[in-house]
Amino acid sequence: MGFSGFRVIKEALTGHKGWGTLWRNPEPQAEYDIVIVGGGGHGLATAYYLASVYKQSRIAVLEKGWLGSGNIGRNTTIIRSNYLLPGNQPFYEFSMKLWENQEQDLNFNSMVSQRSILNLFHSDGQRDAYRRRGNAMHLSGADGQLLSQDDLRQMVPFLNFDNARFPIKGALMQKRAGTARHDGVAWGYARGADQRGVDLIQNCEVTGFRIENGTIRGVETSRGYIGAKKVGVAVAGSSSRVMAMAGMRLPIESHVLQAFVSEGLKPTIPGVITFGAGHFYVSQSDKGGLVFGGDIDGYNSYAQRGNLPVVEDVIEGGMALMPMIGRARLLRSWGGIMDMSMDGSPIIDKTHIDGLYFNGGWCYGGFKATPASGYAFAHLLATDTPHNTATAFRFDRFSRGHVIDEKGVGAQPNLH
Amino acid sequence: MLIPHPLLGLRDAQEFTYLGDANMMARPDPTGPDAEAAFCDYVFLRDNPAGVHRELWFHEQGDRSWLVVTRNTVTHEILSAELATDVARKDA
Repeated sequence: MGFSGFRVIKEALTGHKGWGTLWRNPEPQAEYDIVIVGGGGHGLATAYYLASVYKQSRIAVLEKGWLGSGNIGRNTTIIRSNYLLPGNQPFYEFSMKLWENQEQDLNFNSMVSQRSILNLFHSDGQRDAYRRRGNAMHLSGADGQLLSQDDLRQMVPFLNFDNARFPIKGALMQKRAGTARHDGVAWGYARGADQRGVDLIQNCEVTGFRIENGTIRGVETSRGYIGAKKVGVAVAGSSSRVMAMAGMRLPIESHVLQAFVSEGLKPTIPGVITFGAGHFYVSQSDKGGLVFGGDIDGYNSYAQRGNLPVVEDVIEGGMALMPMIGRARLLRSWGGIMDMSMDGSPIIDKTHIDGLYFNGGWCYGGFKATPASGYAFAHLLATDTPHNTATAFRFDRFSRGHVIDEKGVGAQPNLH
Repeated sequence: MLIPHPLLGLRDAQEFTYLGDANMMARPDPTGPDAEAAFCDYVFLRDNPAGVHRELWFHEQGDRSWLVVTRNTVTHEILSAELATDVARKDA
């Protein structure tokens, strides 16, 4: 049954007895045409677009824990398309367009809120760099505008404009950027996929791949063997562990990224704000909590928690940017495991094993990419050709020298 | 995290800079027949294990020595630390 305003009123008048579960909980079948490993945002979006856009059937999503139990539930919910390089920006703008229609498409309230992002700059050189980035955004059809300090003083008067070391000179604004309800995104895609016949199988850990003569035959799981003509892996954070079972080494290190939320406050921060002189970004959730984060901890980690030096660094960034944040109490902090790739950009590609496909390396930018990642991965799985916005996300870009390095720091994952 | 420096005792990990997998000490032979492919693997591919990991840390704000630290990436427990020069001598 669909969601609508009429139905909310009807259920309110009848004691909310008509709401059912959002998806079935089926037993795994012996064989599928397409098996997606990983029931997070990207895996569920892939299954949804496979069924809805690419008209595929006999699809299963295998999830080790519960749906959306990984990074889709641990991020800071920012959506934006303000990248620089031609390999990246058209893809993220495609994702932004999918976000803009997501709720209507899924008939699910994922609380997409285009409340804008402000990337602050603090020097003349940084203004030039952001002007260039804004132009690159325009080339892909995205919006972006350069704001002066006077514009900002009107919009966000609480910033520390006259910081002696990092005065705020202006910002690059993308008005269409914003936030979305992270769990709701996973639930919306899960429900949409389930309605189109996809089997969402939870508590089903993939423990191995069955590969014969260089072709995938299926996956070994904690709930028995499941045959498959094609297998797509979307398990960012654990990509190296899973692909090692297929004998692959990846251009990826796993790192922990921490995030923070304050106690609930009255509405104070209008959109997303990023500090240009350090790594700090903040937005305010609809419940009122300030949601913020900064750098990764910087060492290989599979622990979903970080250490105190980065907590201190993030808070210092916040204090330099908006001293009022010092009056808010921190409610929670947590960590998530990132696939940090060697150039800071993702991979959506076939592997050298026929029928085995890979989606990962999202660094700490995977959430905003969820719709386009699912769409492009579904395109690859269904047609065996890359989606036209994702042609650069190939494994062999490293050996060919065509890396997509937004920051230009080289093959050092903890610097991206 | 505290790193047990073999010469200086327990030191705060903040004094160090992290490079990555200690296998990077074993550079491929640049004159070998497959040098290009070997260097591509060396620069870009990593084992990235969940569990015990040998890794290179540089004591940048200390004695500027390179250490090979053995650490568990699941628990962050540090199991041992050796001078990279000692490790290189052992492996030679």
